[in-house]
Amino acid sequence: MTREQMAFDCVVVGAGPSGLAAAIRLKQLKPDLSVCILEKGSEVGAHILSGAVFEPRALNELVPDWKARGAPLITEAKDDHFYFLTKVKAYPLPTPPPMHNHGNYIISLGNLCRWLAIQAEALGVEIFTGFAAAEVLYDGDGQVKGVATGDMGIGKDGKPTETYAPGVELVAHQTIIAEGCRGSLTRMLFERFNLRAECDPQTYGIGFKELWEVDPAKHRPGKIVHTIGWPLDTATYGGSFCYHLEDHQVIVGFVVGLDYANPFLSPFEEFQRFKTHPLIRPLLEGARRVSYGARAISAGGAQSVPKLTFPGGVLVGDTAGFLNVPKLKGSHTAMKSGMLAAEAVVEALDAGVPEATSYPDRLKQSWLWRELYHVRNIKPSFKWGLWPALAYAAFDSYVLRGRAPWTMHHRPDHIQLKPAAASRPIAYPKPDGKLTFDRLSSVFVSNTNHEENQPSHLKLKDPTIPIAINLKLYDAPEQRYCPAGVYEIVAGPTLGINAQNCIHCKSCDIKDPTQNIIWAVPEGGGGPNYPNM
Amino acid sequence: MKVLVAVKRVIDYNVRVRVRADGSGVETANVKFSMNPFDEIAVEEAVRLKEAGATAEIIVVSIGPAQAQETLRSALAMGADRAILIQTEDAVEPLAVAKLLTAVARREGVELAIIGKQAIDDDANQTGQMLAALLDWPQGTFASKLVLEDGRAVVTREIDGGLETVSLALPAVITTDLRLNAPRYASLPNIMKAKKKPLDILTPADFGVDVSPRLVTLKVEAPRQRKAGVKVADAAQLFDKLKHEAKVI
Repeated sequence: MTREQMAFDCVVVGAGPSGLAAAIRLKQLKPDLSVCILEKGSEVGAHILSGAVFEPRALNELVPDWKARGAPLITEAKDDHFYFLTKVKAYPLPTPPPMHNHGNYIISLGNLCRWLAIQAEALGVEIFTGFAAAEVLYDGDGQVKGVATGDMGIGKDGKPTETYAPGVELVAHQTIIAEGCRGSLTRMLFERFNLRAECDPQTYGIGFKELWEVDPAKHRPGKIVHTIGWPLDTATYGGSFCYHLEDHQVIVGFVVGLDYANPFLSPFEEFQRFKTHPLIRPLLEGARRVSYGARAISAGGAQSVPKLTFPGGVLVGDTAGFLNVPKLKGSHTAMKSGMLAAEAVVEALDAGVPEATSYPDRLKQSWLWRELYHVRNIKPSFKWGLWPALAYAAFDSYVLRGRAPWTMHHRPDHIQLKPAAASRPIAYPKPDGKLTFDRLSSVFVSNTNHEENQPSHLKLKDPTIPIAINLKLYDAPEQRYCPAGVYEIVAGPTLGINAQNCIHCKSCDIKDPTQNIIWAVPEGGGGPNYPNM
Repeated sequence: MKVLVAVKRVIDYNVRVRVRADGSGVETANVKFSMNPFDEIAVEEAVRLKEAGATAEIIVVSIGPAQAQETLRSALAMGADRAILIQTEDAVEPLAVAKLLTAVARREGVELAIIGKQAIDDDANQTGQMLAALLDWPQGTFASKLVLEDGRAVVTREIDGGLETVSLALPAVITTDLRLNAPRYASLPNIMKAKKKPLDILTPADFGVDVSPRLVTLKVEAPRQRKAGVKVADAAQLFDKLKHEAKVI
């Protein structure tokens, strides 16, 4: 059947920091452009999850009077602490220069996006929330001509239900893909235009975050604590963060590199266990957990950035991968990439050419690229383990100052798992329901929901692999890396997929050893409803 | 025939509601709000009546803060014709809502009012009944089916133990139950069109209605958490525990 069409000059996929910054920049440069943003979350911010200590550099450039306009940057970063943890001790370490946060703010990125959306709408950007871009549209020459939203009201059996509403085609001169880490359309575009031919594979981490309301007596607005070490072993990349926000709120989070090797490792349980450390436990005792979420982040840095343009569109933000790993920040770089792309897109539209080819050049000349290029060898050095990597990081930052004549390379995360037979099982403590929790009670506070009567959005290329390979060789690692309890081995044995629990982190799409799991967008509006995350 | 549909902006049904730490109410900052689901059913029913040619115009009304405009736009995107926001930042109780809706119904000359049976935030289940009383119209509450024929509204009601069908002379007030219909998704083109539909913003004072609350909220508390259960070996032990520990038998 034919779908309805709507025409815009530019369509942006994703209302995160990069997509919103791109849309705002487009309208600032050319107010008469018609620009729309599609957002799969039920509202702007619903799917946004970040630490977040925010560096306002890009925001200063985009909306210089953000303070007067009431941007939700409230708590200034104050004292930075960095510790190495053993099971019972915390040893203070010198804070590396990239982790100095003077002039930064502890924020909710979700709330910043909500505010950016208001700025964008005031400039005339149309934002459609609850609609997932499910398909890239091409014209006869193979050029991208927009995206189509997914059909709504398709039942579990794949047939239309009473509320069936077909998707809509949004056609545009330029399509700005701002899906965030591991975008599902991005993945199709990588293949179609061979955009990853000349870069390293992307490498990822999974980040967890909980928001807590703590005893006012223990609350120190602006305080920042990072840790490395326990509960992870020195072969596994990762660490924790703890930020004191306004209103007695404290953020506690944990990141584990998805290049981990032991299939018995459970990132979720490492995080839960971390909270029982004597450094953290007293802060959270008697406190109340308000929210929970998890999201994959790109950690490949400069050498993993793909080709960013193709006829009819560009990639911006974390779907391309602009996170600065040693800085532990990607929002300012995501925004900057969106702004630079918007400038190149306007130039291409004015010249009447299909590809915004000046975007990569603008990027290479910007502070964003200098930042990423200087730190490009830090993350890959962690393949040697924690201590050699820290030694190398110090050497690279203090002696070479990021000007090493070499660039270290990445390997894809999904090939890093060792067979279960060659790995050490890990016994995790049971959750106590006060400080530590199980997956299901955690998903409950992420306010996640999907329309139940719809086909699963987590698809298996080959339905035999979860048992024949994943269970047999790796003891079904999807049971452990999924932060939402989506995957479980049930009697048969067979792999049960509870897709309605999915919090859209994309880890399964990344870590599945044979890349057999495809994360596609579910019906628009589904997924978490994060408040203040 | 003009139809009035009332919609309320409430905390989204997917959101786990949290009581504020100081017990003064529930947390609303940066929480997702959306249209009360029963009101969505009311909008859908009105749109279906219009599509069937039974009505001419759908006027959708909300009473609440400025952000309730979004709720009204959602109703317009589903197919309502125009919207009225009676803007007030205060919490409005059912009686005040009913008075305001009465005033709108009279001013607009509507012949049918369809509203949700209750809002999922306060669960009052009073507004429809009060509206019918103030307008002195018949009411068909908890409707699971609505048919308009020969100047009457035939309403199937969900009651204890079965269904009751009543025939009401128009004008009438209908309140919607869950099984009346499955609301449609607003399509993107209709969301665009809805932005251009008329939306008037008025205040309670424009209708001469005093909305100051008649009730005082003393304290809001979260329900006590359930304690973990215990497993009993057999019926005798269960009986013993119920008798001596719980002292309920």
